[in-house]
Amino acid sequence: MCHPSWARARAEAQRLSDLARLRRVRDRIDREYARPLDVVALARGVGMAAGQLGREFRLAYGDSPYGYLTARRIERAAAFLRCGALGVAEARLAVGCPSPAAFDARFTELVGMPPAEYRRRVRRAVGPVRIREAPATEPQLA
Amino acid sequence: MSRWPSGIEKHGRSAGPSIGAMDITIHTSVLPHDDPDASLAFYRDVLGFEVRGDVGQGRMRWITVGPAGQPGTSILLAPPAADPGITENERRTIAEMMAKGTYGWILLASRDLDGTFGKVQGSGAEVVQEPTEQPYGIRDCAFRDPAGNLIRIQEVR
Repeated sequence: MCHPSWARARAEAQRLSDLARLRRVRDRIDREYARPLDVVALARGVGMAAGQLGREFRLAYGDSPYGYLTARRIERAAAFLRCGALGVAEARLAVGCPSPAAFDARFTELVGMPPAEYRRRVRRAVGPVRIREAPATEPQLA
Repeated sequence: MSRWPSGIEKHGRSAGPSIGAMDITIHTSVLPHDDPDASLAFYRDVLGFEVRGDVGQGRMRWITVGPAGQPGTSILLAPPAADPGITENERRTIAEMMAKGTYGWILLASRDLDGTFGKVQGSGAEVVQEPTEQPYGIRDCAFRDPAGNLIRIQEVR
């Protein structure tokens, strides 16, 4: 018979190792957000069933793996639009969203306005942002 | 009386006593470990830091590391929740946050970001982000250390 405290310690170690596995999934989403990713592939990568990953990821991080992935993609797309170097379609494709309708809907939901409007507004707000990628002919603010 | 020995007087908007330059450096930052030997190997063998101190035993070890040539800046790898005022529930929460990667983080910098990234990646460390130009004006990459701390490294330019 195991001492009850050993069983508790073992259960806690198991829980921490499960959480570390979820962290690897989340880090993979952060790392590969622009590639085609689906929950089945993410789950397979850490030896879990898709349903189990979905449930446990949501419990740990408060969102589904797919919700987290989409949020990262929209966040990155918004960053591209703020830079002004990319148009809406280019930004969408750069973050791995194939569907314009789904991209527009999720962008609006998370950012509060459609991507085209966001691009217009942030560019007007900050003026031409001189980053490395900006064309050399960009008018200079003086 | 409102001047420090440097004689520097700040010209702020405040009409109160000026605050001169203080002689304070950022000396040691603390990151938690859950496996002291694994963390030591990461900071010493992967990041190439020198080991400046190593006290305690078992899981209760306090290991001081830092980059060679910069004796004034260190990272202390410490056991989490060693403060006796931390309750059992809080200790469990800290351990869980470390495991899920939402607890410790630090920002480092390198002149050779791509070279550094290649070496750390080659060591088998968990990559979170490849070198990426960020919209807020820096270029950085990110890894996990063995305890789940997020290690961001930005390019010095």
